[in-house]
Amino acid sequence: MRVNRLAVAAVAILTATLSTACSGGSDEPSSPAAGQSAAPAGPVKLTYWTWVPNMDKIATAWNQAHPDIQVTVSKQAGGDDAAAKFLTAAKAGNPPDLVQAEYQMLPSFVAADAVADLKAETAQAKAEFGEGIWGLVTLGTDAVYAVPQDSGPMMLYYRKDLFEKYGIEVPKTWDEYAEAARTVHKKDPKVFLGTFSSKDPGWFAGLSQQAGAQWWSISGDAWKVSVNDEATKKVASYWGGLVKEGVIDGMPYFTPEWNKALNDGRLLTWPSAVWGPGVLSANAPKGKDKWAVAPLPQWNAGENHSGFWGGSSTAVAAKSPNKAAAAKFATWLNTDPQALGLLIKEGAIYPASVKGGALMTEAPDYFSSQPDFWQQAASIGATARGFTFGPNVNVTYNAYRDAFDKAVAAKSDFAGAVQTMQDATVADMQKSGFTLAQ
Amino acid sequence: MAATALRGSRGQARPSRHRPLGIAPTGVLVLGAIYTLFPVSWVVVAATKSKAELFSTSTFAPGAGLLSNLADLFAYRDGVFWLWLLNTALYAGGGAVLSTAVSTISGYALAKYSFPGRGLIFNLLIGGILVPSVVLAIPQYLLFSKAGLADTYWSVLLPQILHPYSIYLARIYSQAAVPGSLLEAGRLDGAGEWRLFRRVALPLLTPGMVTIFLFQFVAIWNNFLLPFIMLGDDHKFPLTVGLYTLLAAGANQPSLYNLIITGTMLSLIPLIALFLTMQRYWRTDLSGGAVKS
Repeated sequence: MRVNRLAVAAVAILTATLSTACSGGSDEPSSPAAGQSAAPAGPVKLTYWTWVPNMDKIATAWNQAHPDIQVTVSKQAGGDDAAAKFLTAAKAGNPPDLVQAEYQMLPSFVAADAVADLKAETAQAKAEFGEGIWGLVTLGTDAVYAVPQDSGPMMLYYRKDLFEKYGIEVPKTWDEYAEAARTVHKKDPKVFLGTFSSKDPGWFAGLSQQAGAQWWSISGDAWKVSVNDEATKKVASYWGGLVKEGVIDGMPYFTPEWNKALNDGRLLTWPSAVWGPGVLSANAPKGKDKWAVAPLPQWNAGENHSGFWGGSSTAVAAKSPNKAAAAKFATWLNTDPQALGLLIKEGAIYPASVKGGALMTEAPDYFSSQPDFWQQAASIGATARGFTFGPNVNVTYNAYRDAFDKAVAAKSDFAGAVQTMQDATVADMQKSGFTLAQ
Repeated sequence: MAATALRGSRGQARPSRHRPLGIAPTGVLVLGAIYTLFPVSWVVVAATKSKAELFSTSTFAPGAGLLSNLADLFAYRDGVFWLWLLNTALYAGGGAVLSTAVSTISGYALAKYSFPGRGLIFNLLIGGILVPSVVLAIPQYLLFSKAGLADTYWSVLLPQILHPYSIYLARIYSQAAVPGSLLEAGRLDGAGEWRLFRRVALPLLTPGMVTIFLFQFVAIWNNFLLPFIMLGDDHKFPLTVGLYTLLAAGANQPSLYNLIITGTMLSLIPLIALFLTMQRYWRTDLSGGAVKS
């Protein structure tokens, strides 16, 4: 009897504390699930996961003009974690209506049936984008899985002042780049022309695209994986040779030590993408007006190619109850002149749409000494070529980080690391049940 | 508690002059203190550096940017930092209070009442200690999604209430701190079980409860994975997940290091304050003289 009374009392206390302690939580804004049931009455409510800065301000502009479709922005952490979180939410049945999808992650969303086909809704929008960018959201199929938002054609950022100091010319080919690396390092052993980052597979993918790599392709029903194609091996061996020689550093990008090296003028170039100014101005404020841009060095003199690093699109979740409304917002966001203006001004992104690129006129503050910055960017962007991404880019990218980490530390053969990426990718796709062509 | 009692009696028997190891124990503790305080002091120093100073001045040279960092942090997205701080306080405070209540009652019951299945329940709980909560986060997310509770305050609070280790601690503590004869005496005087728990056992259990509360508070305050998976709405984020959105700002956006470091420093203050104020509840020998032993 005693035990019973105690148990009853314990339950009573617990219920009391639970209901008082958490009453604060119950009157909070409704979850996506609750929004669905309220959809028929009143305006359509959409949730949007993105990490573009100030996207909530851009959504406010939409909400004011469209009282019947109200978009709530939820700012997320970006990168691979964001993709994993969206896939988990989609699997659990409560994804956001709209999601920012990096181009390389879109195929994995498609493979998991997490995003909707927007072919009908985006028929008009197609004309706003270049062929190459549009291919990244169709994946070479008839469907359209997202609306392109921003893109990242690659170019070479270099320190004008230090190039003069060390007496080197802007390299036109990768051979000249290697020569310049040797010259600089000989003149000052603490200074490097550049660094090879084992933490940024997207960067390596962009450089491989420039060399003409095709990591994935679809033939019929089968995937063909060729991460270890000749072009990629050529890029890997080139950088591996320079790291082994000791004339190119091995520190990863976006780390505090990298920031410090940029600030101290110990790194003279950064082969990066069009979004570079934002990173440089925040991480290396001392370099203002000292950097300039040029096209990436070429593999053969006279050629004119570039690749893409980064960029993302706006996708609609397959389980969203309001797909049409969501597609309408995604199209507006990435093609409407007002929205593009806001994306450039508030979101600090380089729009993928042709109209958007033309809106970029004033050079970024950090590059005020190079007034034709965006004209340069646009002409370089026209030469960028991408490739089809596969359904398990995260596996390939993780293999890159692991294998190249070791290769840089040991200064061993980079082509072997490429082979590791290929093997890991193929093994994972076989395990997941994809049909592979040989 | 046996250990505390032992140390107490030994301290009385042996005057402090005779310490066979000399200052070695103190030296080890000082080393430990430096080891743990070094990163914290870095955070404090780095928070004073402006954007330009952060990666260019010497590591422990204080900068002149603290006020502008604070202003930037509070202005970031209309002061969303304060909302995250409030959320964290709700998750950590509410979760720790609930967890302490559940753990104390369960631990006390397991220690002081014999009922069928007690051994089984206790062994299951011990087994639960071995399962890291990280492993459970995704299954919990799928369960909460089924129940329609994902992306709510409950989804972060509920999973952190039942904490096997705290129940284990409460049981051990109840066994040592609440003498059975004291409860018997109370029963003879006609007190009911609830009254015994409330009036006799609870005051004796306070130091143990404070320990559990602090453990859980710190654990929830620092928890990242569970809220990261459970919450989609950034207005429900705790500080850990919120500051992470500043760090992983996307491949083509710079990380806002200044704001992150300043935010980290601010988020340490409540923890330090809590420890300083709760310390006084750590008293032993509350039952001294209550029973003959």
